[in-house]
Amino acid sequence: MTAKDRWLLPEGIEETLPDEARRFEAMRRAILDLFERWGYALVMPPLIEYLDSLLTGVGPEMDLQTFKVTDQRSGRLMGIRADMTPQAARIDAHYLKRAHATRVCYIGPVLRTRADEPAGSREPLQLGAELFGHGGPESDAEVLSLMLATLALTGVGQPHVDLAHVGIFGGLVAAAGLDAERKNELLSAVERRARSDVETLLSAWSVKPEDRRRLLGLLDLNGDGGVLARARSMYESLPVVLAALDNLEAIAAHVRRQTPAAVLHFDLAELGGYHYYTGAMFAAFVAGQGRAVAKGGRYDGIGRAFGRDRAATGFGADLRRLLKVGAAPAVPASGIFAPSDADAALAAEIARLRAAGERVVRQLPGDTAAAADCGCDRLLVKRGGRWRVEPVTS
Amino acid sequence: MSAVVHIALSKGRILEESLPLLAKAGIAPREDVLQSRKLIFETNRPEVRLVVIRAQDVPTYVQFGAADLGVAGKDQLMEHEGDGLYELLDLKIACCHLMVAEPASLASHDDPKSWTRLRIATKYVRTTERHFAAKGIQTDIIKLYGSMELAPLVGLSDRIVDLVSTGQTLKANGLVEVERIADISAWLIANRAAMKIKRQALQPIVERLQQAVG
Repeated sequence: MTAKDRWLLPEGIEETLPDEARRFEAMRRAILDLFERWGYALVMPPLIEYLDSLLTGVGPEMDLQTFKVTDQRSGRLMGIRADMTPQAARIDAHYLKRAHATRVCYIGPVLRTRADEPAGSREPLQLGAELFGHGGPESDAEVLSLMLATLALTGVGQPHVDLAHVGIFGGLVAAAGLDAERKNELLSAVERRARSDVETLLSAWSVKPEDRRRLLGLLDLNGDGGVLARARSMYESLPVVLAALDNLEAIAAHVRRQTPAAVLHFDLAELGGYHYYTGAMFAAFVAGQGRAVAKGGRYDGIGRAFGRDRAATGFGADLRRLLKVGAAPAVPASGIFAPSDADAALAAEIARLRAAGERVVRQLPGDTAAAADCGCDRLLVKRGGRWRVEPVTS
Repeated sequence: MSAVVHIALSKGRILEESLPLLAKAGIAPREDVLQSRKLIFETNRPEVRLVVIRAQDVPTYVQFGAADLGVAGKDQLMEHEGDGLYELLDLKIACCHLMVAEPASLASHDDPKSWTRLRIATKYVRTTERHFAAKGIQTDIIKLYGSMELAPLVGLSDRIVDLVSTGQTLKANGLVEVERIADISAWLIANRAAMKIKRQALQPIVERLQQAVG
């Protein structure tokens, strides 16, 4: 390492400088206020914990995504959190132990061994809201509406929101009698929308023409509300699939009631997170971003590993990413610049202004910083023996 | 909403074979793409533009939404990591296959079933690693950017993994194909968000290309 590259940060790790940090923090507070107004209680899960508890009930993907260190005191392996959702689920299942529905939210940095995309962050600022203990479409709709409110707050105007349901693909695969390995192979082809790959796989496995037609049909089931009607007629003989379609329709109806301006789409082949979710899934897309900027859905049973099988639904997003793609305005610095002066009346006036919520920066003796350098647009000036606030005149 | 559509193509064979397909789909560049050194081309349709880039870069451009659609070899798609892409349509052009080759002298007494650890030169590092890992074979991979056939001749590697269409270059250098990894052709790919948000503009192009492919 030379003196010149000593400042370099690891790949995918960034630091946030004052102007950006002010914008960041303003948005973080606004989102927490929003969550609070919707009744979601803030929890602060630990940054690091024993690996066995951190990885309980999550897939092998999360294991790979988790940074590990050895605890010098116990000799046990510890993991730095890569996702706060399982931590929130554990708090609900293990500590709160409520019989009724519980709403929690969180916001904080998580660390990932690999970024989700090239040039992506390995330290997302994860925000999320989770609703435990209610399995109906109303709770999915509430979480989805909260996701839309959060996106609106961050200036992500008119995201494209897709709804899908695990039970549709699951039902079709079960009807076709495919085993887990084939299911995964097919899932990858469906996610890539690679129709000819899907066709090749289905014919290689000698899937019945009826099931083949149904599975291929999934690739065309995207668009607005008409999708559900088309899906219903295509899958009329499959009760599991029909139940999933009913569930989606109910969720959409509840969301439209709560958020009349919401534009919802359906894409029944949008299966990102298929292995994690257990019911409805939703994701918000914006132009130019191949990956969803916010996503969520139902993941019942996550508390099972902690001794309580609870219904669960929630959404999450990376605040860093939302602020990059959104149009949240920069928050201009404003404040009052006070001269370096030992006058007790000045000190009293500064204290009064600060108590009133003003930002007051004191000049230091011998320092060359001017008002503008400290982000101040006004000055404290002594006029006729009294300290007064005046605008900066250039 | 300004629905300008960018289609990414790569220089060489994919470009030559894509243009007739695009023409059938009603998209023709305003000038001779094959001769020009420009990177962005206007077409007969004011809202459609072609960008011509390196083959390896096509999936990246499309993934980040710098292009809405693209034509990329399956070899590049297999090598590209990360999601955000739809592989909509096998265009059945620029066909070739990805294979393992070795010097004829080695092939005469080599049995692929006895492979345990291979030293391979290739530009398809991830695909090679994945292919052999699935068969329980360890690989030491040397990443090269071209003229793969040279590597076994000068002792840089024992074998190579590369694309072959006619097999002439292999033959001229005394190499023989010993294992086929995958059949390769060019695919129409799309940015996932663009396919949702610019659906009105993109879907007709996709459908007409589908018809052109037959």
